[in-house]
Amino acid sequence: MFGLNKKDSILMIAVAALALLAPFILNIFPNDSALAFFNAGYPDLMQRFVIFGIFAIGFNLLFGLTGYLSFGHAAFLGVGSYAAVWMFKLLNYNVVPAIVLSIVVAAAFSLVIGYISLRRSGIYFSILTLAFAQMMFVTAYSDLLGRWLGITLTNGETGLQVYNDDPQILLGNGPNVPHLFGLEMRAKEVWDIGPWEFTLPVGYYLCAVLMLASFYLAIRIFRSPFGLMLRAIKSNQTRLNYTGLNSKPYTLAVFVISGMYAGLAGGLLACMDPLAGAERMQWTASGEVVIMTILGGAGTLIGPILGSGAIKYLENVFSKLNEGLLHDWFGFMPDGLEGALVWVVSKFTGEGWHLTLGGLFMLVIIFLPGGLVEGGNKIRSWIQNRTGRGSPPADTASTPAE
Amino acid sequence: MDAIILQLLNGLDKGSAYALIALGLTLIFGTLGVVNFAHGALFMIGAFCAVTLQRILSFSYVVEDPTQKDFLGRPLKVQTPYIESWFGPDFGSAIIDWSVPLAILFSIPIMIAIGFIMERGLIKHFYKRPHADQILVTFGLAIVLQEIVRTYYGANPIQTPAPQAFVGSFDFGSLLGFDPNVVIYPYWRMVYFGFSALIIGAVFAFLRFTTFGMVVRAGMADRETVGLLGLNIDKRFTLMFGLAAAVAGLAGVMYAPINAPNYHMGMDFLVLSFVVVVVGGMGSLPGAVLAGFMLGILESFASMNEVKDYFDGIDQIIIYLVAIVVLLTRPRGLMGRKGVMED
Amino acid sequence: MSILEVQNVNKSFGGLKALQNVNLKVEEGTIHAIIGPNGAGKSTLLNCLVGKLTPDTGSVTFDGVSLLGKKPYEINQTGVSRVFQTPEIFGDLTVYENVLIPCFGKRDGSFEMNALMSVNSQKDIRAKAEQMLEDVNMADKREMRASSLSRGDKRRLEMAMCLAQDPKLLLLDEPTAGMARADTNNTIALLAEIQERRHITMAVIEHDMHVVFSLAQRISVLAQGTVIVEDLPENIKGHPKVKEAYLGGAH
Ligand SMILES: Nc1ncnc2c1ncn2[C@@H]1O[C@H](COP(=O)(O)OP(=O)(O)OP(=O)(O)O)[C@@H](O)[C@H]1O
Ligand SMILES: [Mg+2]
Repeated sequence: MFGLNKKDSILMIAVAALALLAPFILNIFPNDSALAFFNAGYPDLMQRFVIFGIFAIGFNLLFGLTGYLSFGHAAFLGVGSYAAVWMFKLLNYNVVPAIVLSIVVAAAFSLVIGYISLRRSGIYFSILTLAFAQMMFVTAYSDLLGRWLGITLTNGETGLQVYNDDPQILLGNGPNVPHLFGLEMRAKEVWDIGPWEFTLPVGYYLCAVLMLASFYLAIRIFRSPFGLMLRAIKSNQTRLNYTGLNSKPYTLAVFVISGMYAGLAGGLLACMDPLAGAERMQWTASGEVVIMTILGGAGTLIGPILGSGAIKYLENVFSKLNEGLLHDWFGFMPDGLEGALVWVVSKFTGEGWHLTLGGLFMLVIIFLPGGLVEGGNKIRSWIQNRTGRGSPPADTASTPAE
Repeated sequence: MDAIILQLLNGLDKGSAYALIALGLTLIFGTLGVVNFAHGALFMIGAFCAVTLQRILSFSYVVEDPTQKDFLGRPLKVQTPYIESWFGPDFGSAIIDWSVPLAILFSIPIMIAIGFIMERGLIKHFYKRPHADQILVTFGLAIVLQEIVRTYYGANPIQTPAPQAFVGSFDFGSLLGFDPNVVIYPYWRMVYFGFSALIIGAVFAFLRFTTFGMVVRAGMADRETVGLLGLNIDKRFTLMFGLAAAVAGLAGVMYAPINAPNYHMGMDFLVLSFVVVVVGGMGSLPGAVLAGFMLGILESFASMNEVKDYFDGIDQIIIYLVAIVVLLTRPRGLMGRKGVMED
Repeated sequence: MSILEVQNVNKSFGGLKALQNVNLKVEEGTIHAIIGPNGAGKSTLLNCLVGKLTPDTGSVTFDGVSLLGKKPYEINQTGVSRVFQTPEIFGDLTVYENVLIPCFGKRDGSFEMNALMSVNSQKDIRAKAEQMLEDVNMADKREMRASSLSRGDKRRLEMAMCLAQDPKLLLLDEPTAGMARADTNNTIALLAEIQERRHITMAVIEHDMHVVFSLAQRISVLAQGTVIVEDLPENIKGHPKVKEAYLGGAH
């Protein structure tokens, strides 16, 4: 179907179904139940799921296929956001030019940065991308380029946003918030079904559709000779060289493609909330997409989506957990034990979420380098062994082969 | 002229910090082949050793002083550090005052222990794994370390003053015949520079004149061969890691008065130190030191008003720009050798 | 006419003179063997041919063009393929994918790379890759990960990858090392057949004299970095200098 083989088609359909039904699946617990705390079907959160999914899918094309570990991908996401906001400021709030420009600008930046960084491989490459991203972060944070040119380009610490006196030459009578040809991004449909409440936001569906398109494209790239070549680059560059192939153009091509994915993600962030700030470009943000991809399973198709979903979901749950809630939860215990337990757990929740994230990440790298996908495969083959069907572990989504 | 000397001096202390961190990074990378993203966290922990010692020494109990009254007319409650009551007010407060230099002694065993634990408990298992995994696991560790520090010390910078004796500045200018108070250099920064020079000298002497150091240097030039000599490389790796951790820690301890420690200072310095290592030439110890000072001084020159008039804010990105130029023209860095750590 | 000419090549590593005034001429369409004791400099010579090393002095000409200063991939594009002493294959890929890579690559170094077309839809290229695997008797191992193959199988795979490129000159560094006797004989047959059918010129480094004398039309003997004899196989057998090199040498 659509040029995909059967296994990939099933995967694609499954992801599409999940994405389109997410507002229902993520709000599975009735609103008045205690478990409603674990619901995640809010527009803002769902949008982040898919936007960071796009970011991670793109990162995985580079890292998963070629093994080049970029530590500066957030920079492309950042320029994507700035580009989109600039489109809002200059033209109008229509998201189409914003998204297009964010991809184009990210492509231009990744072409230059990739060209220089890819002169080296391995550690050098990681450090170079990190340095470039940090340089761009500093430039944006203090609006150095703007100051040099004598204009406001990134608006420094405050962040870039749309003001009333911006040109917005095409605004006319159009909406004063991001919209797709009049369809406002923040518009939503709320369905109350018994004790359940489901929110269907327009913005989310735009992001989800673009995520599915990105995912489809990623599958095609994985299965193409180009993807095969990229995996060969990861496996053995020496052999590639002695096969008459210069790996540089191919690596650069995928670097730019993955930069464009990041730009798209950045543009979408701005479309959901017309703001762009430098903190999006910081090394912590670059580190986050690395963590998402690895947690899900680098080099697999579904991994980055799983990883970004898991991280953003856990971030939401852990950050919301405060001591009061913990006391409620552990209230059934004897007082001393309750106090001790709350004290320990509270170090990992709320403000402590980053500690949990770092620890979780270390555990994954140490014990499960293949991420959730590898974990899933291990469990499946374990079950198959228990049930006595000695068939070799099937690896549907995990193997990029075939 | 005076402005140039001033910037030269200003660049020295930052350059010292870069050089010390880059030195440790290079030692670890050269001998163990591991890129340690947690190295900045070690620097940060060093700085917090100074904070911690200062706090420990200032542990106080409260006494009521009936001779003084607070604004409500009650006897004034006075905090008295235990140290002062044990050693007498004069000597006791002197100890507290000198807590940052004292933290050097305090931090060495701590840093070496952390280094040992890190290498034995974690890094050891990653020698045979891909470089990407090494980067990632140390990156995870860096997050964990800095978040732990944040949990206990909060997110705000913590002022950690230097001893009273070093407060104030030395008037270099009048020494050289300029107007007074033009070229001044804070005493503590002078101390920091001298201290760094001492440590760098000690590390180089250690590598040059001990058999241990000779093996390490041979290992950096050709890791495989040294492995074949049948020397107990493992033990040396651990020691090496402890040494590098101690160097980073000491750099941090002494830096605390210059820049109030905060939990993310490690990562801020790490990114720049990586750039320093790359500019100096991966695997070259003199290169790391040279590049550290060079970039520190360059950064401070770029913050001169004359330069800023031309390109505002250039001081914040000059290091990256230099790194890019160096890398494009001399891919191995200033002092990197062919065939050593090519990728 | 000689297709490969090596003239007065010198190469030293620090103080070690690995190659001294080496001359070598390989005639088009023949199999030329290079033998010599361990450490004689055989692999170093090949490294100088494929651009892995640059000779200190001397010239290397292939098909009338100098190879000096060219990058490895540029040299390969002129038609020189090499099988390494320690196999260089794509360990993470399956055997079949390993062969697909050179099949997708073209002589000018471009790659069939439309990013959206699927590997599966390329019938011609797939058929060629499968044929290559048949040729080296590895069709049954198609789906195995290349890194899990035995040493002999890895080398056969590497040979298939090189042959898939239709090289003009094939350099083989100990092609039968690590192979079972039967596979060695198969390899001899394969190389002989290829040479007969496709007239590919080959330079073979080999320790196994059975292989050398079954295949070679000419033999160069290298010892301590110099070519001590170059002659027809029948004259090499029992040649006093060769005996001395092997018996007095490092072996
Ligand atoms: N990159 C290098 N650096 C330093 N010395 C080298 C290098 N490559 C080879 N040598 C040395 O050059 C000499 C020739 O090595 P070479 O690998 O060419 O021998 P060989 O004839 O292929 O031996 P073998 O039959 O064992 O494969 C050896 O002494 C080897 O140690
Ligand atoms: Mg050899």
